[in-house]
Amino acid sequence: MFHWKKYRFVDWALVAVAVFVPFLPLVDHNGGHINVLVNAGIYMMLAIGLNIVVGFAGLLDLGYAAFFAIGSYTYAMVASPQFGLHFSFWPMVLVSAFVAAIFGIILGAPTLRLRGDYLAIVTLGFGEIVPQTFLNLAKYTGGPNGISAIDQPKLFGYHFGLNPLPYYYLVLVLIAFSLIVANNLRTSRLGRAWMAIREDEIAAAHMGINTTTAKLAAFSLGASFSGLSGVVNASLLTLVSPDQFKFNVSITVLSMLVLGGMGSLPGVVVGSAALSILNFFILPQASNIAASVGLHVDFTSYRFMLYGIILVVVMLFKPEGLWGSEQRKAELKEHGGAAGAENAEYEEMPRETV
Amino acid sequence: MATMLELRQIDAFYGRIQALHGISLHVEKGEIVALIGSNGAGKTTTLRVISGLLRPGNGQVIYEDQDITRLSPDQIVVRRLIHSPEGRRIFARMTVLENLQLGAYTRTSPAEVTETLEEVFGLFPRLKERASQKGGTLSGGEQQMLAIGRALMSKPDLLLLDEPSLGLSPLLVQTIFSIIQDINKRGVTILLIEQNARQALQIAHRGYVLETGNITMEDTAANLLASEEVRAAYLGGNVKAS
Repeated sequence: MFHWKKYRFVDWALVAVAVFVPFLPLVDHNGGHINVLVNAGIYMMLAIGLNIVVGFAGLLDLGYAAFFAIGSYTYAMVASPQFGLHFSFWPMVLVSAFVAAIFGIILGAPTLRLRGDYLAIVTLGFGEIVPQTFLNLAKYTGGPNGISAIDQPKLFGYHFGLNPLPYYYLVLVLIAFSLIVANNLRTSRLGRAWMAIREDEIAAAHMGINTTTAKLAAFSLGASFSGLSGVVNASLLTLVSPDQFKFNVSITVLSMLVLGGMGSLPGVVVGSAALSILNFFILPQASNIAASVGLHVDFTSYRFMLYGIILVVVMLFKPEGLWGSEQRKAELKEHGGAAGAENAEYEEMPRETV
Repeated sequence: MATMLELRQIDAFYGRIQALHGISLHVEKGEIVALIGSNGAGKTTTLRVISGLLRPGNGQVIYEDQDITRLSPDQIVVRRLIHSPEGRRIFARMTVLENLQLGAYTRTSPAEVTETLEEVFGLFPRLKERASQKGGTLSGGEQQMLAIGRALMSKPDLLLLDEPSLGLSPLLVQTIFSIIQDINKRGVTILLIEQNARQALQIAHRGYVLETGNITMEDTAANLLASEEVRAAYLGGNVKAS
């Protein structure tokens, strides 16, 4: 049933924005702006994917950009003069998602016994290894130059070309699709298993949840979203190179989640939109304004310092994120709560051994 | 009576430390069996071996005539052998209802789950009152009820209870133990481990005494309660100071 009262003003504001977004290009004819929005959309898809791993299942992944790289290169290799292959864009969207998902399992498998800091370190390593591998496999990947002249999509004979507008709509559709899939996952049986694992992995195993499968599913499904965005990214830029997938991409996406609220889908949308606006609009504008008054400061180079400040401020005043899930709010308020105090520090090691 | 669970010569290790030394025990259908012993005797380890959380070094676990020694915890839960863990481990940030629903994770028919939910609420009216409350906000006794209720949601044939009386007031201990008896009368076989040996033996049919990884005594609960050695070591009370 639909309850009017359940929805706050902000919910309606979000709906209004969502309705307005498809018509934005009719108002704003600036191709540069649209291009920026497409980039923001690519980041939003990445954030939706990473949210499954970090937000839903509670597995801290610091190497998410690796999957973005895998998705991008998958398309680049089969739709460019690199090997003379020119596969169609549309099926490759799914194929890339699938390839990224497989690599999600490959990364997930050795990390199953790790949690917290240790998991973060291993995923961090994976995030570095993948771009390095693409850099050094020059025979297949073009090495530091990457792969260029990547094909752009065609739809019913319409060639996307260099106009960002069709990409804008493509990204909108993919984001809507991703949000629906992510929301269904959240409320599914698997979603409940993830939340149980995030809360208490041992108790989850006692419930009969196969924690191995559930964690691998989180890694692979999370990775598949970056496959989607990778394909769009490669075709939009018509170029992929290893330096596009550095650690800063992983950190930016993670910051979006923290800012918006981990585990919360509206939070992911708000967080990624906010950081993208800062990144692509405010910082370049600020530099321009500074330049016009004779100050030559490149604000974009202070990006990560600003992220840091924003995250610290958010952690201090709204630790669950701008639009956190109820669950997360409770987690932080209770500080574990009565039962948590007993359980939180309880590790795998049983008392018998002590 | 038919044997429901049998442990044959179980050795269990944590790294290089041996926690269980060739343990053998059996649980008959419909029984309450108490496993008593002091801290570090290997009680929890025994339950962890049964529920698949710890692979034994040697020996076999036979459940309903099947060897389940090598099965994973989730495969064992599907067979309706449920382990309610030590220290309750309820999901503190989820509501009581969500906790109970997770207990029914392996079950597929929503109608049957609803039915079981009503049964659990019948057994623990307090949980019904607090259905929408976060698990972490419950009192210790309520949390224990939730832990048992959550285990019942999977419709166990055999229920392993790890220290259900831990940290509860004497009055609550009474309540919990009478509920355990009630659950048993509804057809659930129970293997119970307890430090509160007297209480456990009062409701149990049979009992085992575990000492540093070995079973040192095995008898009916009444005999164990009457036994001098058990009284001296675990029950306290009218034993002359030596």
